[in-house]
Amino acid sequence: MNTAIRIRNLNLYIHNHHILKNINVEIPANKLTVIIGPSGCGKTTLLKALNRLTDLSPDIDISGQIFIGEEDILHTNRDITEIRKQMGLLAQRPFPLPMSIFKNVAFGLKIGGRRNKNILAKRVEYYLKEVNLWDEVKDRLHQPASRLSIGQQQRLCLARGLAVDPKIILADEPTSALDPISTQAIEQKFAELKKNYTIVMVTHILRQARQIADYIIFMHMGEVVEHGPAEQVLNNPKEEKTKMYLQGVFY
Amino acid sequence: MNRRRIEEIIFRTLMFLATMLMGGVLILILIAIFRNGLPSLTWEMLTQPPKGGYYFGREGGIANAILGSLYLSLGAVALALIIALPVALFLNIHMKNYERWVNIIRFLMDTLWGIPSIVYGAFAFMIMIALGMKASLLAGIVTVALFILPIMIRSMDEVIRGVPDGLLEAGLSLGANRTEVAFLIFIRQCSTGFVTAILLALGRAIGDAAAVIFTAGFSDRIPTSIHQPAATLPLAIFFQLNSPIEEVKNRAYASAVVLTFLVLIISILSRYLSKKLKNH
Amino acid sequence: MNLKVLIKIFRKTRDYLTQGWMIAGLAIVILLPFAIGAGLYIKSHNILVQHSFWDLVGSTDWKPLSGKFGLYPFILSSLWITLIAILIALPIALLSAIHLTTYAKPWVLRWVHPLIDILAGLPSVIYGIWGVIAVVPFVQQIAEFMGYKVSGYSILAAGIVLAIMIIPFILNILIEIFRSIPIELTEVTLSLGATRWQTIKKVILRKALPGIISATGLGISRAFGETIAVLMVAGNVVKIPSGIFQPGYPLPALLINNYGEMLSIPLYDSALMLAAFMLMLIVLFFNVLGRYTIVRFEKRM
Repeated sequence: MNTAIRIRNLNLYIHNHHILKNINVEIPANKLTVIIGPSGCGKTTLLKALNRLTDLSPDIDISGQIFIGEEDILHTNRDITEIRKQMGLLAQRPFPLPMSIFKNVAFGLKIGGRRNKNILAKRVEYYLKEVNLWDEVKDRLHQPASRLSIGQQQRLCLARGLAVDPKIILADEPTSALDPISTQAIEQKFAELKKNYTIVMVTHILRQARQIADYIIFMHMGEVVEHGPAEQVLNNPKEEKTKMYLQGVFY
Repeated sequence: MNRRRIEEIIFRTLMFLATMLMGGVLILILIAIFRNGLPSLTWEMLTQPPKGGYYFGREGGIANAILGSLYLSLGAVALALIIALPVALFLNIHMKNYERWVNIIRFLMDTLWGIPSIVYGAFAFMIMIALGMKASLLAGIVTVALFILPIMIRSMDEVIRGVPDGLLEAGLSLGANRTEVAFLIFIRQCSTGFVTAILLALGRAIGDAAAVIFTAGFSDRIPTSIHQPAATLPLAIFFQLNSPIEEVKNRAYASAVVLTFLVLIISILSRYLSKKLKNH
Repeated sequence: MNLKVLIKIFRKTRDYLTQGWMIAGLAIVILLPFAIGAGLYIKSHNILVQHSFWDLVGSTDWKPLSGKFGLYPFILSSLWITLIAILIALPIALLSAIHLTTYAKPWVLRWVHPLIDILAGLPSVIYGIWGVIAVVPFVQQIAEFMGYKVSGYSILAAGIVLAIMIIPFILNILIEIFRSIPIELTEVTLSLGATRWQTIKKVILRKALPGIISATGLGISRAFGETIAVLMVAGNVVKIPSGIFQPGYPLPALLINNYGEMLSIPLYDSALMLAAFMLMLIVLFFNVLGRYTIVRFEKRM
């Protein structure tokens, strides 16, 4: 198994509350890894730590190592923007940037220094097709992105994230605000994308985990209780807590 | 890449300076007022009304203006409270199911809040002329009360809005009618917030000059009835400052110290109360 | 009649009386702005019968004794002073608001908040005194440095004092605006490879634009009606200011200096009421504009 992300002894405190407790886990490359667990177990925080969005909050203390490839991103001298660019982020509900559909997708490319209009137009088209949105929006590329439906917005956000050419996609309950049809569209897309990307997704919907996960990390109270191939964790959990969670004893 | 960095550093510095300026300006203003005013501040100034020739640098003090300001602002706050409290309660309890109308009224009051006090003053004076009234403490109180009314209603309104919906329902299910819920339950629940709102209005009332210059008039005597004209601190400061005599000017600064002190006390008191409210 | 019935009647009566009181209060509040507007309009009607509105607004001739009531110098002074004030106040408030809501540690905001409140609560006469003590000499020195010989009582001094007065007001609104923008918007932008500053510049500021416009409108309306502080430092010479170091005579100062005196001069009080009416209309225009955009902004969040 190829490892994309290796987390070593990760501890995270907010205001002296121990949020992530000594996390040691490997996330396989080109697979869809799902983090499950009851709410408040720290799964979203873990996801944000991978992208170092935890830097935003001054009250957070973090220790340990997160290796992406050979690089420990918590202790690297490389520019933080370069690190973040390796990972696309899909949030709980769509957050389109306050600009047109076209500019949303082109944003990351422009920031990265690409200015050639032809190339930009081609890339935007490519990524909008990649998320099956092109046919729906090709006639109104220069309208504000906020006019799209929520489901379209979330696909736009995915296209926007893919456009900076990341290796990893981080998704934080990406379908929780969507209708069933849009949810399915995103799930199918993820199943295709994992050929080329490593996907890490947080969810609290067990059905979703069963359907699309290759690998599962189960968290409880800030600890990783169990992790392994989806098949094994879902059908033959080793830990008592995992069993209870799967049976619906706690959410 | 480097240009990006430099731009960010420049703007971060500017932002930091802008924030520092906020604190800096307050300190500068306080220093300027106290340094110019404290040396001329005497016990006599605080306790005596002006004697003959006070405005030419002779004896006396500004007790008339201090008391006048206190009478006026306390009177105005009391009068405004009589209207503001029931209105704020009415909007949130009796009109609970008419969200649209309540929002229109809120918009209207926010707009009313924006009308400058000089316009209130001019309007009130116009009415006084029409009615043949002379400038008096009463007229000043009414004008300032109208002027602080929207401030008071909107701050109380915000306090009541913060009360969970369940309280109204709980009160009604105990068999109380809406009026009883408002006056017996909500007033108690919101008392600290209401006091903060009252203090906010008091600060506005005591510091305002433009609404009272025509309506309350000015007098060297401490008013003994609401039908007499009354001096107020901001106007006393204003008139003394316009004097060409150095000593009188210094007294303007000293009077400004008194006013600043009063306003700071009100400000700190309401701060303290709202903090206590949060700890509830 | 037993006690129970008596209590019932008592409660009913009390309920009716209190509701009557509440509705009366509400009526006062709702009618007040219309009463003020109508009153000022009726009074200013007298002069509008004899002179056309545009003549009065466009004329520079202010000679009440010979029946000439040109309001142009006052309107222009007010506009200049307000413009200077907003040009100084807006960038400072904007920079500070961004700093406080993004880069600064939370304790900084906890300290700055009371400072803003105290500044916002200082009476305008105190700002006026400070203007006389500090700003007027400062402006005089700058003017002298640039080769002008002036007193320092000027539209620039008034603009600076006014800017300091409205900064806390604008800042409070802007802080609320920036706080209402969800943190996730910053997160997704950062994850696209943007720096913190690029995020602010290209995304947050754009998202906050309606809010910034609204804060500006409210700031202008606050500045335009401010009276005492401006009166104390503006110089009050009836003349169109020819430069920022020249004195001006803003509308509120005109009202406060002249109203109540010389009311025997025909049309004089009517002219002043027209000035008050215009003052109110201009202030309300910017105020409603600001409030309206802010309501729209909140709906979109």
